[in-house]
Amino acid sequence: MNPAYSVILFTTASGAGYGLLALLGLVGLQHGPASSLAFGASAMAKALILITIGLLSSTFHLGHPERAWRAFSQWRSSWLSREGIAAVLTYPVALAFGLVWTGLVDAPQWIAPLGIATAIMCAITVFCTGMIYASLVTIPQWHHRLTVPVYLAFALATGVAVLTAIATFFDRFQVFQVILAVLLLFLVMVLKFFYWRSIDAAPARFTTGDATGLGKDVRQWELPHTNVNYIQKEMGYVVARRHADKLRRLVLLMLVAAIAAAVLSYLITPWFSLVLAAASIVAAVVERWLFFAEAKHVVNLYYGSTAT
Amino acid sequence: MTSLPASTTKKLGLVIDLDTCVGCQACATSCKEWNTQGVSAPLSDDKPRSAEPMGTWLNRIHGYEVREEGRDDARIVHFPRSCLHCETPACVTVCPTGASYKRAEDGIVLVNPETCIGCKLCSWACPYGAREYDYPTGVMKKCTLCVDRIYNENFEPDDRVPACVKACPTGARSFGDLGDANSAVSQLVKERGGYDLLPEMGYKPTNKYLPPRARRDHVTFAEPLPKSDGSAMDRLFAWADKLMTTAKASAKANEADNADKLEG
Repeated sequence: MNPAYSVILFTTASGAGYGLLALLGLVGLQHGPASSLAFGASAMAKALILITIGLLSSTFHLGHPERAWRAFSQWRSSWLSREGIAAVLTYPVALAFGLVWTGLVDAPQWIAPLGIATAIMCAITVFCTGMIYASLVTIPQWHHRLTVPVYLAFALATGVAVLTAIATFFDRFQVFQVILAVLLLFLVMVLKFFYWRSIDAAPARFTTGDATGLGKDVRQWELPHTNVNYIQKEMGYVVARRHADKLRRLVLLMLVAAIAAAVLSYLITPWFSLVLAAASIVAAVVERWLFFAEAKHVVNLYYGSTAT
Repeated sequence: MTSLPASTTKKLGLVIDLDTCVGCQACATSCKEWNTQGVSAPLSDDKPRSAEPMGTWLNRIHGYEVREEGRDDARIVHFPRSCLHCETPACVTVCPTGASYKRAEDGIVLVNPETCIGCKLCSWACPYGAREYDYPTGVMKKCTLCVDRIYNENFEPDDRVPACVKACPTGARSFGDLGDANSAVSQLVKERGGYDLLPEMGYKPTNKYLPPRARRDHVTFAEPLPKSDGSAMDRLFAWADKLMTTAKASAKANEADNADKLEG
């Protein structure tokens, strides 16, 4: 599948934003009011900005962004529609939480319920994002039981990395942030390891013979057109195996670097949390690029790919 | 609404005969011509007269080399590919806006170009590559089964068929109600063992493909020539044959030479 930059930016930025927002909600649930207005407002603003950048960039690849509002209508059948609705509904809940959590509105009894509601909305939204991809039977590498867990784990891991960095600026660096970061980044590594092992081991399901119904030994003889068409541009993108291997190692290296930075931020100076945040985000972007580039659509069987 | 109808009154679709299709592209050309001015207008082209032409087409004709088990010679099968108007198409259910829909009355899958946001998700959901994004207009295009022909009362009844069916010079494309077991298309499917593409995907295509018929090789080989009896006449023929073979070989070499020049 063609790794469109707008979609990579959308899923990684909004993922980190929802992860951060969910953690702030849980912090509110656990600890009550934010320790200072400046910290609370800054963290909330960064979460909402990341989410908004992501959502806006997802509209960049639309043919008609001005009609995007129509996408809220088909929640009965479409995961994309559900995701859009969940994303929009999260805003008022998160804003209400932010107001009471930071103390701008004095209603401390509402911090806990709004905190947990915010976290749940974030989880639902990222779950829907993952399901957009996981529900497509045409792409075996996406129609996989680990697709949604990876989306959720990456969102939380990048969220806690950003939270630790923000906390450092406001002198609110805490050990629990480091522990959470290390655990989540390790979880991401384990999930990705098993995901990659699984997609590498999965046997090809279909051949060109299956796709055309013409028997066992079927090869492309003539293309229907002289130049590439939309189908090949969008669905035909194939990353060379050696490049994919290199990029997989880069993702793992960045995750290890992020874990090391998390440990160093506890041992040496909290400012290592900036390295933690940067390395986590690079890992997320490269992983998301690979998620698209390594996905093989069944339609390629009609275009000369012998097995998918 | 992108939820699918529980059932459709009719199941209009195509039956494509892979035995008689000659890959002439008449159906694709006729489809493009009709639909770039009908309900799907425009089917945009980008640099159509350049070295890298690109454009939106609703029907694509592939060619495959098929080798049967136990034989070393292959045969060529021409393979038209367009929307199969599936009974349970995920291209419809993934649509976030309701622009994609399946009609309850005849099962035709359509896109409303007024409400499509061009998110391309439906094309990801289609295993058959039936949907093509029209870049200049920013919406998805697909086969409409020529809804603007098949119900058009201004047309003679004979012309109320999709443009591709009307154009096919070998009768390799048939149109009708595949939900009616007595229709001509259903009978054809039954008779010739028509099949679904990738039934494992679970989309339940309406369109059916008829497999190529078994090969009839025995009529294609000529009788072997009788052996020479060594007479003067036979030697004369052998000499003439050798002379002509050499001439033929040198003519062939010339031809290859010219082809090189043309390509250069």
